[in-house]
Amino acid sequence: MVRRTVIRKNRYFDSVFLMRVARRIASQQGMSDASAVLATEANRKVLIGMGYGDDGHDPDFAVAGPNDLVIALEGEEAAVDAIAANVDSYLSQGSETSSGTGRSLPRPRSISEAMERRPDCSLAVISVPGKYASREARTAIKKGLHVFLFSSNVSVDDERSLKTEARQRGLIVMGPDCGTAYLGGAGIGFANAVRRGPVGIVGSTGTGMQEFASLVHQAGSGISSGLGTGSRDVSDAIGGISTLMGIDALEADPATKVIAVVSKPPGTAFTATLAERLGRCTKPVVLCLLGAVPDSWRIHDPEGSRGKPKLRWAFTIDEAVASALEAAGASEPAFLRSDERVMRERAAIEIGKMRPEQRHLRGLFAGGTLCYQAQAVFLRSGLLVHSNEPLRGMPELPDPDESRESSFVDMGAETFVQGRPHPMIDASLRRKRLEREGKDPTVAVILLDFILGAVSSPDPVGDMLDAIRNIQDEARGRRGHLCVVASVCGTDEDKQGLESQKAALAGAGVLVFPSGAQAASFCREAAQMLAHRKETADVGPA
Amino acid sequence: MSVLLEDLFQIAPVFLNVGAAVFGDSLREAGYEVVYVDWSPPAGGDARIADLLDDLL
Repeated sequence: MVRRTVIRKNRYFDSVFLMRVARRIASQQGMSDASAVLATEANRKVLIGMGYGDDGHDPDFAVAGPNDLVIALEGEEAAVDAIAANVDSYLSQGSETSSGTGRSLPRPRSISEAMERRPDCSLAVISVPGKYASREARTAIKKGLHVFLFSSNVSVDDERSLKTEARQRGLIVMGPDCGTAYLGGAGIGFANAVRRGPVGIVGSTGTGMQEFASLVHQAGSGISSGLGTGSRDVSDAIGGISTLMGIDALEADPATKVIAVVSKPPGTAFTATLAERLGRCTKPVVLCLLGAVPDSWRIHDPEGSRGKPKLRWAFTIDEAVASALEAAGASEPAFLRSDERVMRERAAIEIGKMRPEQRHLRGLFAGGTLCYQAQAVFLRSGLLVHSNEPLRGMPELPDPDESRESSFVDMGAETFVQGRPHPMIDASLRRKRLEREGKDPTVAVILLDFILGAVSSPDPVGDMLDAIRNIQDEARGRRGHLCVVASVCGTDEDKQGLESQKAALAGAGVLVFPSGAQAASFCREAAQMLAHRKETADVGPA
Repeated sequence: MSVLLEDLFQIAPVFLNVGAAVFGDSLREAGYEVVYVDWSPPAGGDARIADLLDDLL
């Protein structure tokens, strides 16, 4: 078995395309693994951790930078030699596949060129690396396009100026860092297949919008339109430019009967602006700020005292869905009602099979909002967990690569996605992290989320299933028991199949919950029992 | 002439995909019209030269 890197200087391919190239190479006879990534600092660190770089003696790898492509090959020597000599053909083959077939003209090389050919384009979906994103978004706005900006790593100043310029032209910029939107029935970005219906969404959280829309669909209702804003839109620095545009548009939209605003807690100044705006909204509004309920809001809810509040509060996405359905005249579905007593009983059974040293929880999230919501659920009960994306009041993980005690890790955070696909597309980093967490004998509970829908992996559960089984086997080998808990965000119309994904997890002994909030609530019950058990053990037998 | 945001609520946009093809591909598979830009970093990835070119053009 040998490992070797092949470097291509200044070669750009998008990270999803490179993931597919790597998979094709890894599937060749004699190969055991392959990676194809840009040599960002984070990717170099991962590759060195996998044994590449020859301890600093691989001169090309040593000087490769973020504009350079690294193909990392592991396998039998003859196979690695053959691939290394033939790397460019894999890159060109893949390029042909990803660009489609049957085109008579070469694709336009710029937004301007594209708009000359197709002036009827109305929305640009931009996912270029962050340092080029503002430039492309600005061009799109100048050409009269609304923008869905998936790219992150855009400066606050650029975000504000882009959104201000767009607003002056009657255009919206969804993003940067926007994951999801629904317009005219189309799910844009990471979006679940949902029916159209009376509930409109404005969201600064991509997976929050996905979870909300999926649960509304599962309950039999649907989504009119959904506007992503990007995670920073609700900060005081941006002032909610896109959020307010979205609320205005949904208020004027005859198909929207209820507006749901799903967001991380806004900045202090924007909180007041948002409260004032929602207070005079002519349609019912559901507000879910994932744990935050500022007292100042209540004065903006004059109808609240009349028993049928126009502005409804929700602590979790589940509560937001229930409130939105009620406001739309539908009843709360049974699957959104969780029974804490039943959860405690289930947790007690799980913990009863564990060894005394098993006392920590580890959450590995593909969805950043679900990581955030899980922290909110814990914090409400006074439980602390470490996180690389900590909710206010939670301790921050000093090193996102190393869990401490109980930790919730957002695997979609910037540090994990520079130059590689999001974990909803490429599970490889989360799978490796899961295998590592499973070797820690102090771990009692693992919490995972699986996000189905467009753009996501064709088999999110299948990507992780072997690793789940392996860590459970290892725990049994230590005469312990590892409790794996999961939620699956999706619908029956998603290509991955909601029921089959859930069934695969259940078949591997995973406890599957209908939502991220309920999975987190179960973990909270388990954490409280584990803490109580530890206290009892510390006191010791009389 | 730009399309009003409210109008996009009724009829799906014609999408212009700039960057990872997977975003455009998922829309196209769902039956929507997508125009792809064959994007690569401007000025071979040298942001400073790209800015200079922008200023000149």
